[in-house]
Amino acid sequence: MRSFTRRVAALSAAALLLAACGGEDETEDAAPAPAPAATEESSEEAAPEAAPLEGTIEIDGSSTVGPLTDAIAEEYAAVQPGVVVNLSISGSGGGFERFCGVGDTQFSNASRAIKDSEAELCASNGIEFTEIRVGTDALTMVTSPDTPESVACITTEELIRIFGPDGVDTWDQVNPAFPNAAIDIYAPGSDSGTYDFMVEDIMDVEGSRQDYNASEDDNIISQGVSGSVGSFGFFGFAYYINNTDAFRALEYDAGDGCVAPSVETAQDGSYQATRPLFVYVRNDALADPAVADFATFYLDTVNEVIGDVGYIQATDAELSAARAGVEAAIAAG
Amino acid sequence: MSVLSTPAGIARAAVLDLSAPRARLRRERLFQAVLLGATLIALVVMLSLLFDVLGDGAGRIRTEFFTNYTSRRAEDTGIRTGLTGSLSLMVLVAGMTFPIGVGAGIYLEVFAPDNRFTRFMQVNIANLAGVPSVVYGLLAAAMFVYILNFGRTLISGALALTLLILPVIIVASREAIRAVPPSIFNGALALGATPWQATRKQVLPVAMPGVLTGTILALSRAVGETAPILVAGAVFSRRADNAPWDILEAFGALPVQVYDFIKRPQAEFQIEAAAAGIIVMLAVLLTMNSGAIILRNRYARKR
Repeated sequence: MRSFTRRVAALSAAALLLAACGGEDETEDAAPAPAPAATEESSEEAAPEAAPLEGTIEIDGSSTVGPLTDAIAEEYAAVQPGVVVNLSISGSGGGFERFCGVGDTQFSNASRAIKDSEAELCASNGIEFTEIRVGTDALTMVTSPDTPESVACITTEELIRIFGPDGVDTWDQVNPAFPNAAIDIYAPGSDSGTYDFMVEDIMDVEGSRQDYNASEDDNIISQGVSGSVGSFGFFGFAYYINNTDAFRALEYDAGDGCVAPSVETAQDGSYQATRPLFVYVRNDALADPAVADFATFYLDTVNEVIGDVGYIQATDAELSAARAGVEAAIAAG
Repeated sequence: MSVLSTPAGIARAAVLDLSAPRARLRRERLFQAVLLGATLIALVVMLSLLFDVLGDGAGRIRTEFFTNYTSRRAEDTGIRTGLTGSLSLMVLVAGMTFPIGVGAGIYLEVFAPDNRFTRFMQVNIANLAGVPSVVYGLLAAAMFVYILNFGRTLISGALALTLLILPVIIVASREAIRAVPPSIFNGALALGATPWQATRKQVLPVAMPGVLTGTILALSRAVGETAPILVAGAVFSRRADNAPWDILEAFGALPVQVYDFIKRPQAEFQIEAAAAGIIVMLAVLLTMNSGAIILRNRYARKR
C-alpha cells in the first residue's frame, strides 16, 4: 500500500512540473525548444546583421502554392530560427475559410485570386488583407507519349470540344486532322482550383463534361494519362516538368499560334494558359515584426527557389508591385 | 466437436475413419491446403509490400532523414517534424487512454450493477469501437479546436486519437478482466479484502498482460491514423520539434508527412522519401508491438 501511495505522489508531482513548464511556454508566446537545434545551421548561413526574431506564423491554403511557401520557410529557418512557420494545406478555398472566417492564419496561399464571397467574409469579420503575387503556374495539357504525333496543338475551340459540356468521343471529331481514336480524359475534379481555372478562365464555359476520370490526386491523373493512347489530361507545370518522360505536352493556341508550355513562354506571356500564384497576408498581422519580415523575405527569396519547386518566376514588374503593396501595408499598420 | 470430446465419440470417429479412409483423408488434405492458402495470401501480400517499400526507401534511411525538417530538395528532406509529432501524440494518448480505458473496464466488469443503464453503455461502447476514424476527427475538430478553443494544437490531435481508441481499450480491458477466474476475486473477498483491494492486488495483475496488449495494439492503430489528426489540425510542415509537454503547439505527424511526400510532383519524393517515411512508421509500430510482447511476458513471469 505504501509503495502505491508513493507512486501516486510522484506522479502528481510530475504532473505539476509538466503543468508549470506548459504555463511558462504559453506566457512567453514563443517556441524556445527549436532554437538550440537550429543555431548550428544559422551560424553558417545567417546574415550577421539580422536581428533575431521570435514568433509563430500560421499559413494555410492552396496545395499548389504550399510547396513554394514551404521552400521559403526552409530558407527562412536558416536566417530566423526563432520564427516557426506552421504550414497546412487545405486548398485555396479551405485556406480562405480559415483566413477570413476563423481568422487564425496570418497568411493564406492561393492559386487563384480571392473570390468576392471570400472577400466579403473577410470584410464582415473586419479582416483587411494584402494580395502578394509570388509567381506563375502554366497549366499544362498532356497526352500519352504513344498518342499519334498529329495531336500536337489544341486551340481553345478544340479544347471546348474535348473538355466542354458537350464533349465529343473521338479525336477526329475534335479536328479532322486528328486520328480516329477515343479520347480518354483524366483531369482534376470540380473541387480543385486547377479545374476552376480550366473551365472559367481558359475555356470560359459553364462547367465541363461529366464523363471523365476525375481525381484530386495528380498521381492518379498522371498514371491514367501516361498509360492510355489517346489520353488527355491537365495539371500544373510542376507536375509536368518533373515527369517529362511520362507525357507529351500539347501546344496551346489561344488565337495567336501554337505555343508549347515552358518557363520562357510562360514568362514572356506567349503561352496563354498561365495563372498567377498568390499569398495573402492580414494587414493587422504585419504589425508583428516576424510576420512583416517573413512577407518581405518571401518576395526577396521567391525567385531563387521557385524553379526548384517547378513554377515560373513572376515578372519584375509584378514582383515590385507586390513589394510596394506589402511596404504600404506595413507602413499603414 | 462435442462428439470427439468423449472417449466413445473418439472411438466412433475412428470407426467412421476406417469405413471410408481415402475420401476423408482427401477432404482433410484439401481443407488444410485451403487454410494454408489463406495464411499464404496474407503473408505474400505483406511481404511483397514490405520488400517493395524497403527496396524504394532503404537507401534514404540515414541520420539526416531523422534530423532534417522537410526540404524542397528531395535528397535533403527529413521526417523530424512528423517523428517528434507522432511520438509526442503517442505519449499523450497513452497517458490519457490507459487510466480512463482501464478504469472504465474495471467499473463495467467488476462494480457496475447489471441494470438497463449499464447494458445501454456496454452496447454503445462496443458500437463506438466501429465508428470510422474521420468521424472522431470531425467531432474533435468541433469540440476541442473550436468549442473548447484549444486551437489546432497537439492536445486537440491527442484528444481526437484518444476518443478514437478509447472504446477499443475499454473492450480489451473488459475481456482481459473477465478472463481472470472469479475464484481469485472471491478468494480475496473471503480473506477480508474490499472489492477494490481484491481488484487491484489480485485481479488486475493477472489481467495486466491482456490489458497492455490491447492498449498497445490500439495505440499502434492510432499512430497510423491520418484522417482524425488532419481534421484536428496537423500541419504539413513546420521547422520545430514537438514535445509531449508543449500541448498548445501546432503539431506534425508521420502519416501526414508521408502524405505530403506522396503529393509532391518529384519522383524522389513520391517514391523514395515516401517509402522511407513508411519504413520509419513501420519501425515505430514494430517497436510498440514488441514493447507489448515484452511487457506481457514480464507480467506473465512476475505472476
